[in-house]
Amino acid sequence: MNKKAVNEMKLSFPSYSENERFSRIAVSGFLTQLDPQIDELSEIKTAVSEGVTNCIVHAYRDTVGEISLQVRIFDKGRVYIKIRDKGCGIDDVEKAMEPLFTTAPEEERAGLGFAVMESFMDKIKVRSQKGKGTTVVMEKTLKTRKALR
Amino acid sequence: MDVKIFPESEERKLTAVIYGDIDHHTAKFIRGEIDAAIREHNPCILVLDFRFVTFMDSSGIGLVMGRYKIIHELGGEVLTANPPPYIRRVMQLAGLHRLSRIISCPTPEEIPRGGSDIESSDTIAAEKQLTQENK
Repeated sequence: MNKKAVNEMKLSFPSYSENERFSRIAVSGFLTQLDPQIDELSEIKTAVSEGVTNCIVHAYRDTVGEISLQVRIFDKGRVYIKIRDKGCGIDDVEKAMEPLFTTAPEEERAGLGFAVMESFMDKIKVRSQKGKGTTVVMEKTLKTRKALR
Repeated sequence: MDVKIFPESEERKLTAVIYGDIDHHTAKFIRGEIDAAIREHNPCILVLDFRFVTFMDSSGIGLVMGRYKIIHELGGEVLTANPPPYIRRVMQLAGLHRLSRIISCPTPEEIPRGGSDIESSDTIAAEKQLTQENK
């Protein structure tokens, strides 16, 4: 776990919804060096989009704040993604992760963000502190041709 | 991202062909366009065609669920058409098929205005063939 990353990148951007697309395309662009399969890349893009959307819709509801995104590549195609905000925090993380639970039904949020992240990534960890923010860490090992070398 | 609307008034069917990425940012625009068309045409069947969708996260699920609520209240049905394989996985994960049947069907093409002789599209060609076979 303490191994040094082979490569890494950091991004930070304001919580405008226009940046949902930018963030997933940036991650996918960074990961092309691993020669990933299209469906793996789609899964990661979807998970990133869910995480960043959560910051925009929930963490910085009615306000604009900073979202930071960090991607690290480790040996054997292991990818680590951290999405962090300094927003309102989550009251009950376990409850928030239940499929179909949402605090924003009026915005037609399906309550599936965390379910999608869990299903499309190998691991997900959520840390949150009320009033201080939330950090989501996700990992996935790609079955890439390069990683298998 | 864009939405094209194809009403078929005799069958009270409305097809919305969605183009590009569906995320939280674009979903607002897409649902605005579809809901305006629902108000105008009052359909019994709403077909949401995903053939040209290039990306979709759970915002797309919210989009279908929201339209299901509206159409269900009008006593109608929502069909989800032609999702690419990866989008189909997001839909299955959400159990969307319980609300909206997932189907494959031809995507309506824009009919050229003013009697243009452009008939290269598959749909028009297929229709022509059918008409000939029926003769």
